[in-house]
Amino acid sequence: MAPPPAHPQRSPSPSQPSGKSEVTDLRSQLRQLAGSRAPGADDAKRDLFKKVISNMTIGIDVSSLFGEMVMCSATSDIVLKKMCYLYVGNYAKVNPDLALLTINFLQRDCKDDDPMIRGLALRSLCSLRVANLVEYLVGPLGSGLKDNNSYVRTVAVIGVVKLYHISASTCLDADFPATLKHLMLNDPDTQVVANCLSALQEIWTLESTSSEEAAKERETLVSKPVIYYLLNRIKEFSEWAQCLVLELVAKYIPSDNSEIFDIMNLLEDRLQHANGAVVLATSKVFLHLTLSMADVHQQVYERIKAPLLTQVSAGSPEQSYAVLSHLHLLVMRAPYIFSSDYKHFYCQYNEPSYVKKLKLEMLTAVANESNTYDIVTELCEYAANVDIPIARESIRAVGKIALQQYDVNAIVDRLLQFLEMEKDYVTCEALVLVKDLLRKYPQWSQDCIAVVGNISSKNVQEPKAKAALIWMLGEYSQDMPDAPYVLESLVENWDEEHSAEVRLHLLTAVMKCFFKRAPETQKALGAGLAAGLADFHQDVHDRALFYYRLLQYKVSVAESVVNPPKQAVSVFADSQSSEIKDRIFDEFNSLSVIYQKPSYMFTDKEHRGTFEFSDELANLTINAEAGDSAVPAQRVEANDNDLLLSITEKEEGRDAASNGSAYSAPSYDGASATSAASQSLADLAFSSTSGSGQAPASSFAIDDLLGLDFSVGAAATPTPPPLSLNPKAVLDPGTFQQKWRQLPLSLSEDFSLSPQGVAALATSNALLRHMQSHSIHCIASGGQSPNFKFFFFAQKAESASIYLVELLINSSSAKSQIKIKADDQSTSQAFSTLFQSALSKFGTA
Amino acid sequence: MISQLFVLSQRGDNIVFRDYRRDVHKASAETFFRKVKFWNDDGEEDAPPVFNVDGVNYFHVKVAGLLFVATNRVNVSPSLVLELLQRIARLIKDYLGVLNEDSLRKNFVLVYELLDEVIDFGYAQTTSTELLKSYIFNEPIMIDSAVMPPLGAASIFVKGNKRMPGTVITKSVVANEPGGRKREEIFVDVIEKISVTFNSSGYILTSEIDGTIQMKSYLTGNPEIRLALNEDLSIGRSVLPPLTDYASSTAVILDDCNFHESVHLDSFDTDRTLSLVPPDGEFPVMNYRMTQPFKPPFRINALLEETGPLKAEVIIKVCADFNPSINANTVLVQMPVPKFTNRVNFELDHESVGNTTDFKEANKRLEWSIKKVVGGAELTLRAKLTFSQELLGNIMKEAGPVSMTFDIPMYHASRLQVKYLQIAKKSKAHNPYRWVRYVTQANSYVARL
Repeated sequence: MAPPPAHPQRSPSPSQPSGKSEVTDLRSQLRQLAGSRAPGADDAKRDLFKKVISNMTIGIDVSSLFGEMVMCSATSDIVLKKMCYLYVGNYAKVNPDLALLTINFLQRDCKDDDPMIRGLALRSLCSLRVANLVEYLVGPLGSGLKDNNSYVRTVAVIGVVKLYHISASTCLDADFPATLKHLMLNDPDTQVVANCLSALQEIWTLESTSSEEAAKERETLVSKPVIYYLLNRIKEFSEWAQCLVLELVAKYIPSDNSEIFDIMNLLEDRLQHANGAVVLATSKVFLHLTLSMADVHQQVYERIKAPLLTQVSAGSPEQSYAVLSHLHLLVMRAPYIFSSDYKHFYCQYNEPSYVKKLKLEMLTAVANESNTYDIVTELCEYAANVDIPIARESIRAVGKIALQQYDVNAIVDRLLQFLEMEKDYVTCEALVLVKDLLRKYPQWSQDCIAVVGNISSKNVQEPKAKAALIWMLGEYSQDMPDAPYVLESLVENWDEEHSAEVRLHLLTAVMKCFFKRAPETQKALGAGLAAGLADFHQDVHDRALFYYRLLQYKVSVAESVVNPPKQAVSVFADSQSSEIKDRIFDEFNSLSVIYQKPSYMFTDKEHRGTFEFSDELANLTINAEAGDSAVPAQRVEANDNDLLLSITEKEEGRDAASNGSAYSAPSYDGASATSAASQSLADLAFSSTSGSGQAPASSFAIDDLLGLDFSVGAAATPTPPPLSLNPKAVLDPGTFQQKWRQLPLSLSEDFSLSPQGVAALATSNALLRHMQSHSIHCIASGGQSPNFKFFFFAQKAESASIYLVELLINSSSAKSQIKIKADDQSTSQAFSTLFQSALSKFGTA
Repeated sequence: MISQLFVLSQRGDNIVFRDYRRDVHKASAETFFRKVKFWNDDGEEDAPPVFNVDGVNYFHVKVAGLLFVATNRVNVSPSLVLELLQRIARLIKDYLGVLNEDSLRKNFVLVYELLDEVIDFGYAQTTSTELLKSYIFNEPIMIDSAVMPPLGAASIFVKGNKRMPGTVITKSVVANEPGGRKREEIFVDVIEKISVTFNSSGYILTSEIDGTIQMKSYLTGNPEIRLALNEDLSIGRSVLPPLTDYASSTAVILDDCNFHESVHLDSFDTDRTLSLVPPDGEFPVMNYRMTQPFKPPFRINALLEETGPLKAEVIIKVCADFNPSINANTVLVQMPVPKFTNRVNFELDHESVGNTTDFKEANKRLEWSIKKVVGGAELTLRAKLTFSQELLGNIMKEAGPVSMTFDIPMYHASRLQVKYLQIAKKSKAHNPYRWVRYVTQANSYVARL
């Protein structure tokens, strides 16, 4: 008989952990069973293992059982093996010494006859994550990659990534990436291919921060042969692998339009896939491929509309939200294409509010002459809704539609009805809207004022609404008989008004009213100013003081300051810059769309992953949108902090990169350090001699790095031919962007800027004009002091060869960095010299 | 790329926790649960399926009262992760027969086995129930409710989960039945979720049908299957006369549809048949969407009248506009009433069994639930409302809309049909069971006042 499987008399429920004593209990039981070969022992072990794993799941530390678990793992029972692997994978890291015990049996299992055991063992072996064990990994991984069973190969490929994370150098030394590349292009099993692609993307992306070679390798993944190879097999891939491939294809830049259509025709039926992830990934390919063809791009919107709508209604509520967020993005970009589909964006009463919010925004966006009536009617239904946050949003939506439409008659009536609905929040929201509306359409003042005049300020409690009401009282005091008295009573209750915003508005309103109806307002004004001067809030105090002194100085001047003739506001500022929106669009089918933020705002640099191919191009898209190719300067709003963020982040990244990089050899740093020193001493900019002195060394280095034929470099270096640039070079942003993506980095240098140059930066566009005078044209610029970023291009005279430059300047440290990409790489050093010499003259003229 | 995957019970306990990449802290499950539970202060709103806390992205789907959660730090396709989570839930159901907290707890080792094969180092590998069979060694431990309930009744369709109705079949794809031999059978369910909005005069403002043809196959030997749909089915909305009378037009016009990978559409254009070799487990053969006008199964009339200074009366009339041989089940009618309502007296037309009425004081809502409505029936509810203080504005703006949920088995609002289900036969004697069933459910069924 089997030894009695020592079952303690305890509740078998794994969810009730009793903690320490249970672990001790388990240990003694495991010990008893360790050597047992009796029949039934495996079943007993299974039960015990299950308990251990269940403890592990709920977070109880069972790592102290490591030794016992390993002892028990000598078994042929695959279920036991699997549980043991799971356990070992979880705790090896904290028990590196004990983990060594497992190496033996794992290595043995890697040579098992059963491919499944080989795969499982290899996976566990790679999951140990113990640095001093990596030497044991290389052998099994190498044979795993060559295994004749595809399951083992798929496991081995991912194993390579695991190894890379434990020890990148071991992984690279064993030349695994090259093996993976070979497998990717030759393996008959598509899951192996897909895993190779994932692995290579991950490894090369991480490597590319320090190695140009890896960056180049990563670029080759989006080269035509690879893309076509993958596309031709697309239907053999699993749906998840299809998403992976499609994501890659979206980065591919076809050489001509017929290629674009070929790809789209090939992928057309992917839009009918039941898996929403496949449909979205396909949509991304279509959208990105056709960016340069406006009319086809629009057809793409039409084409993907129905499949996306089907995904919204067919998927799980979660999936439906993910797809709807993408539809939302598309609607915001091209509302006119969706204007006849507005009924799809009506809210259903049982939808969660995050879905309703998206839909309300979409309804607002698609409203046009033909559907406004229906949409506003629908929105008014929601305004009476029991869901108050949504009711508020709906009213705001009505207001936004009113602000974007020319024919606002009907809408104004509806808004005024809101005011009469006698629900606090409805009144409040409506007041704010009426205020905005009046700023845009002053001609409606008569109708609105009549209704607003009937609202008792006592019923309005929310600061925003109260401020709006007070603003209207001040602005239209001539039409509202009660205005001075209402204001007076508000001033009397000054101390009870907790919102500084309201008090500020109240001061201004009293002033405005005073100039229109002086005798009636005089008292209120006096009391208001006195209260304002005594106010503890700095802004309120200052404004009161300002008004007081203004009145003291000259009443007529005060009037012209407070009550100047006003112009109607034509467009209210958009909360999000178009640049950010474009960037989100670039990151279609990613979290950026859900969060409505570009990825750099919510992920750390090292976690960007493969979505960030066109990192540095982000602020170029703004130009593409403007379509105004020849205009050299695009000033990005000065208060755009996000851009600043991206630049500083990038600089950090670069610093780190250049430290570990092979080619920013000491000679380089030395050169720039010397030049920096010489500059600070002599106030001299880069002399042309120092520039050319650098040239030979660096271009050798680059040739080496890029694996170029040495003779090319040699021919170019001895006497760089004098380089002259075409002063009338023209390049449209789209081409720039494309080139920037395609071309490898040919040169990157750091240097310092002269103090005059830094000082001259303060004048906007000065640098752009200066560089233009040297035939170097700016295509985009941005940033905020102290970090600036510029993209330039230049064209070689009498040649089609283009140079692209990214220039980063930090004005506080006077440091700058250039990155050059060129059609003709052999001359990029000469161009760099030219560029730097031009830059060094900046500010000295 | 996924860093961790875990399944939480409704109370927030870890049932399964798998860390694939170890770049997200261990306490992520707690962080997640706290965030979801207290999404905003009043706890009214649901947390969105994807959110970010301290640089960690949390993705979750709710299935059968369980939370399937994935975390990571990189920017990935949200729909991929959400779809993957959904698929993992389905996969687990395929293996366990029933998906609930109990079955998951009893079978967590099997679930770990699955998770190990489905995702490796954060990368999705395969979610095919069939492929995975050869890698899964644990036998599922059946729980009591896994005993097959009798077929037919629509109560089988799990309630409260409006988009992903569960099906009857609670049979594991791997476990053997008590009798030893597996029963050869295939289930095809046509599930339609309808959304209708009536305006105050009973006119249909919007209507939509979201349908899915769900299949679950227990056939051995992977035979090919042909599924024929209505021959006059057309896809893509051609330009129709705007006011087509739905009673007279017979053609079924879908706005759009999509298909499972395994479906071959070679002859779909000519004779509207789908051919496929069904993979194991449950999967949607086809999803479709239709906005063509259709006959709504229920007509709702609602009236609200002030009958005194502190009184009002509500009359809700529901007409079942379908064949008397069909019943609607688990019908629930709800209506929010003005917030000053403090007492409600109900009057039912004729007391029928299973009819209950209730006034939910907390959220000021009338609830009228009817276990069974026979086709052609007309039901009326009168409710007298008493208010604690006088209403200021328009009473109509304070109440409504009336919403309704129901299941109608054997009813297909779109008239889309599975004309026949053909299984390529291996032998004459081989005749598997085929079940083709229809059910229509309310998604958003609303009448405004």
